[in-house]
Amino acid sequence: MNWAVSLRLVAAEEFLSVTGLVLLLIAGWAGDKAARAITWLSVAALAVAAVLVAPALTHGAMGAETSAFFGQFAADSFASFAKLLVYGAAGVSLALAPGFFERFGQFRAEYPILGLFAALGMGIMVSATDMLTLYIGLEMNSLAAYVLAAMLKTDDRSPEAGLKYFVLGSLASGILLFGISLTYGFAGTTNFAGISHALQGTMSTGALFGLVFILAGLAFKISAVPFHMWTPDVYEGAPTPVTTFFATAPKVAALALTMRVALVAFGAQMAAWQQIIAFLALASIIVGALGAIGQGNIKRLLAYSSINNVGFMLIGLAAATAGGASAVLVYLAIYIVMSLGGFAVILQLRDAEGQSVESISDLAGLSRTKPGLAFVLAMVMFSLAGIPPLFGFWGKFVVFQAAVAAGLVPLATVGIAASVIGAFYYLKVIKVMYFDEPADKVAGSLDPVHGLVLYASALFISPLGYLLTGWLGGLAHSAAAALFHGA
Amino acid sequence: MIGIEHYIVVSSILFVLGVLGIFLNRKNIIVILMAIELILLSVNINFVAFSAFLHDLVGQIFAMFVLTVAAGEAAVGLAILVIYFRARGSIAVDDVNRMKG
Repeated sequence: MNWAVSLRLVAAEEFLSVTGLVLLLIAGWAGDKAARAITWLSVAALAVAAVLVAPALTHGAMGAETSAFFGQFAADSFASFAKLLVYGAAGVSLALAPGFFERFGQFRAEYPILGLFAALGMGIMVSATDMLTLYIGLEMNSLAAYVLAAMLKTDDRSPEAGLKYFVLGSLASGILLFGISLTYGFAGTTNFAGISHALQGTMSTGALFGLVFILAGLAFKISAVPFHMWTPDVYEGAPTPVTTFFATAPKVAALALTMRVALVAFGAQMAAWQQIIAFLALASIIVGALGAIGQGNIKRLLAYSSINNVGFMLIGLAAATAGGASAVLVYLAIYIVMSLGGFAVILQLRDAEGQSVESISDLAGLSRTKPGLAFVLAMVMFSLAGIPPLFGFWGKFVVFQAAVAAGLVPLATVGIAASVIGAFYYLKVIKVMYFDEPADKVAGSLDPVHGLVLYASALFISPLGYLLTGWLGGLAHSAAAALFHGA
Repeated sequence: MIGIEHYIVVSSILFVLGVLGIFLNRKNIIVILMAIELILLSVNINFVAFSAFLHDLVGQIFAMFVLTVAAGEAAVGLAILVIYFRARGSIAVDDVNRMKG
């Protein structure tokens, strides 16, 4: 190992941490007046970080040196793919924030900086190849996220969301750590490659407990059933731009982390975790679909929708093949764009006094009062339901294809059946918007930044998105190959 | 003779106490913060015991990191609790029910 090489491999992280600290000084000196400027500087910093990680995308498994700091950190194509998604999602959700918080006079200069540090933590998570790096990255992301959820002091649901997220998130970290400590004790190392090497052959009961605890802690972070109970409350209570952030970037990071832990660290024990992941996948799809049916709040609805979608992604992971891993990455890329588009619409829903409209019944007749918004939201809903001409279908298609190729036909069958149940509540929103008498609740004009995000994501999930399948699939394929290169 | 299994038993008991402390406690959110701390410390016992058992320093280094992060986590948790108290005027667990989940 060479220090210069290691330092160059973590260039994006170094850049983000230094920029974050400088911006923190600016925030301390200039105060909340500078909040908007700091937001744009943070978005620019994320763009620069994305440029720094992009070259690693095409190196593939046989590329140049990727391992830094004695195998603690990997800057391989898998990490690069996940980081580009994370930085993109974090940048867009930061850009959505000023238009929302300024309506309440609550836009604080700390907000974009916390977002930046959370993105830095997520970058470390997806690159972690050692339990210690994993833990530091995860906590760096989580601690920033707890504060973000409690950011809007004028709405008393926001501190409650922050508190619930903090308590359950810390519990999840505790469970994860307990698993890490058991794995360390029974494998004798915290390095992923070392763990994989030590766990060849039959697995001891202690290491199995470690695996179960680690997967439980990670399932909490990706909000997979049965560890999903915080999701609807936090999504509802957190300010909408923060919910946008939670639904996109941390999902990518935590899922990529789960993939690396399962496929690399426990790669020698696939049979042990495959059934756990398959259970999490089925439970998430079914509970996500059934739980969403009775919801009256659109943010809670999208929370259940995210639980449901995580289930589909876990089907790809349960396949435990390179094809499954690349299907998960494709699904993630499509899913975050759908989420960003959906939340950009929700950010536009406000009444004449500027208060947010979140109740689904208030969306009645939106197609007549705001045809553009209603059309984009309908597209997002159809796409989340996986209805063919839209791009959301492709994500589900590749995941099920990988599951069938790996011989998991029963899992894929139940998943497809449950996605039909899921379509019900998506269609309910469309029915309310298009066929009910107008409620005339939604007022206000389109914020230009929100409009840009809205129409760009609509374009991506439209059938035009299929032009990208070859390119996206190729990148995801080379990214997934990096995980299987050692095996 | 005290072996590694005794340490694991103690840390597992502390871990379970911490988890129960979060779920069974109906009174006060400060108690939840203490329960979280208990979970992290039970993990530290594991790390240090395994580290001595394996003659490997990584476990002790990990324990140091856990202690540091636990301090940060307590600071963030208490800060959120202060904001919550200002908004609601109470820190009783039963009052955290503005949203039904």
